Amino acid sequence: MIEQRRVISVIVLNEHGVLSRITGLFAARGYNIESLTVAPIPGSKYSRLTIVTSGSPRVIEQIIKQLHKLIPVYKVIEHSEIVEKEMVLAKIPLEESLADVEALCRAYNGNIVNIGQESVIIMAADEPLRIEHFIKAIERFNPKEIVRGGVVAVER
Amino acid sequence: MAKMTGARMVVEAMREEGVEVVFGYPGGAIMNVYDEIYKHRYFQHILTRHEQAAVHAADGYARATGKVGVAFVTSGPGFTNAVTGLATAYMDSIPLVVVSGQVPLSMIGTDAFQEIDAVGISRPCTKHNFLVKSADELPQILAEAFYIARTGRPGPVHVDIPKDVTAQLGEFSYPKDVKIETYKPTIKGNARQIKKAVEAIAEAKKPVFYLGGGIINSNSADLVRELVAATQIPAVETLMARGTLRYDDPMLLGMVGMHGTYAANMAMSEADLLIALGPRFDDRVTGKLSEFAKYAKIIHVDIDPSSIGKLVHVDYPIVGDLKAILQELVPKAKEKVNPQRYESWREILQRYQELHPLTYEDSDKVIKPEWVIQRVGEKLKGKARISTDVGQHQMWAAQYYPFTRPREFITSGGLGTMGFGFPAAMGVKRGVPDEISINISGDGSILMNIQELMTAVEYRFPVINIILNNNYLGMVRQWQTFFYDKRYAETDLSMQPDFVKLAESFGGVGYRAKTKEEFDEALDDAISKGVVALIDVVVDRYENVLPMVPAGGSLYNMLLEYKD
Ligand SMILES: Cc1ncc(C[n+]2csc(CCOP(=O)(O)OP(=O)(O)O)c2C)c(N)n1
Repeated sequence: MIEQRRVISVIVLNEHGVLSRITGLFAARGYNIESLTVAPIPGSKYSRLTIVTSGSPRVIEQIIKQLHKLIPVYKVIEHSEIVEKEMVLAKIPLEESLADVEALCRAYNGNIVNIGQESVIIMAADEPLRIEHFIKAIERFNPKEIVRGGVVAVER
Repeated sequence: MAKMTGARMVVEAMREEGVEVVFGYPGGAIMNVYDEIYKHRYFQHILTRHEQAAVHAADGYARATGKVGVAFVTSGPGFTNAVTGLATAYMDSIPLVVVSGQVPLSMIGTDAFQEIDAVGISRPCTKHNFLVKSADELPQILAEAFYIARTGRPGPVHVDIPKDVTAQLGEFSYPKDVKIETYKPTIKGNARQIKKAVEAIAEAKKPVFYLGGGIINSNSADLVRELVAATQIPAVETLMARGTLRYDDPMLLGMVGMHGTYAANMAMSEADLLIALGPRFDDRVTGKLSEFAKYAKIIHVDIDPSSIGKLVHVDYPIVGDLKAILQELVPKAKEKVNPQRYESWREILQRYQELHPLTYEDSDKVIKPEWVIQRVGEKLKGKARISTDVGQHQMWAAQYYPFTRPREFITSGGLGTMGFGFPAAMGVKRGVPDEISINISGDGSILMNIQELMTAVEYRFPVINIILNNNYLGMVRQWQTFFYDKRYAETDLSMQPDFVKLAESFGGVGYRAKTKEEFDEALDDAISKGVVALIDVVVDRYENVLPMVPAGGSLYNMLLEYKD
């Protein structure tokens, strides 16, 4: 069967061990996690996890049902129409052409966010696919470090 | 509201839950709780001789009574010993609450003496688990633990309590109603789906009831019997569903799956509709999935949505409590379904039954294990509970014992845990003291929790252990015979203790039976004396469990006999 990429949001109670319950479920059943972000939902006792995964339709169905089964899981949202964003930070040596770097960042919804003694830190926030392109594009500025943030998503 | 220690809260919670017995084993981290047990005798505490046995005993108690079983263990090795028990209960959806001690909060994460990440270990083999952070949380957590264990798809719940929490003072007010916002199992089935399912049954030509363990867990055997009788549709049972229909029900084709009957497996293979009531399509039942019930549409009723469609495509999924669903479905089926419709289908299956009945070749020279099971059945059917260990003896018990009711057969199906039978049989005896508790075991399995002879003798649990002694790890030996050219690697158990003396040394009664007469005498004697007994039955070393569907094979390709 065809593998499909899926973004799933899971709303969970903020409690001890809940993240390891979720990752444990994926590990134990051999499901794939491509990216995972977690943060508390402001003004509530819940957290929101955004999981990017892939698998056959049957696997995706099982992932959703198995997530539902976990006691602290309040809601599982299987997104279809969504806005997805991912963030990336990178460290570029000061010798590089900062004007070019900045122009590139702008094109990907980003900026130079810090200038230090030896390097500048840049960021971009965009659709995951565009972030991939961005990462390719900054290669030529010899980045010392690249940190990707993982996907966050919200229904349109 | 009264202030009390966390330890006291634990025993008070047991009282609130109406717990009558706790199986357990003390140690440093849980001593405060044991001190309260000493002071407040709200329930009986049974000291097993191994934590694994404590959990299996609680499990046997739960399987026999339908109540939640409870076990207490200490931290570290106490808890790790309990894990097999948790996993066993998890795989068979048995409601348990297991409380473990933990090192004090301040020491968690320091590799303290007898520290282990208990909730980390139990996470994949429990329905849910808790690490208690303060005594104030205890009443709510314990109430939730019992609630989660017994509702929805039942299962074991683990509560890990640090030692300082059991010493802390807190308010004790036990929640009467538990509501967990994030946990709401579906009880009522979808009415439209139920209606569609009834229509599908009424229109089918070759329907089969595929009866699973969910029937036992949800106490719906009566409704299933009513449904089967009204529709006259043939039925097969999984290992976990044995006893749903009486052994002599004309619609019962027997057990299905790897060691199922020819008729049961052929029925599944040729059916045009499977009416799956609470089974989970285990690979030991389905065999090769692509060949499983190839011609059938499937109705699947289960409380666990993740069980539905996990392995096979389901045409009519119905999520909910089986009992609640059957209460709706049975009257509709009675109205709509014409039992005459399946006449020719029944005839076909009857021919299959006659063609290859469940059978074995009896002998005068050596005791056949199947004979032993039949004999126990003749003497005790309807009067005893039968537990088993795991192996050939388990399959023969499942095949040949004449089950008359649910909860009569207590066996580890999902995990297949050797060492389960005897402690479980003690729990069964504690749960239904008026009935005879028999454990059918093998010479390999019995040694995995033999120390429990001491518990049984101390607490007067007159469990009768019948060991089908073939001097082999028989089931593994059988696979070696069939699939490994008889290379009997490490399955020969010729080296054995003297089981008779072993039983006696614990204060029980031991018997050895080399003939049928000796077996009869031993069983009669053990029953009439009401003692903890061990009957070492010397059986045919090379008997095989048949029919057999080789692992991964298709159900309709059964080995029906084995000729050397
Ligand atoms: C704890 C555990 N270890 C290993 C196994 C694998 N196993 C399944 S059946 C079996 C042989 C059981 O032998 P015995 O108890 O003598 O029963 P028999 O098959 O001879 O009736 C073994 C080793 C198991 N099921 N459980």
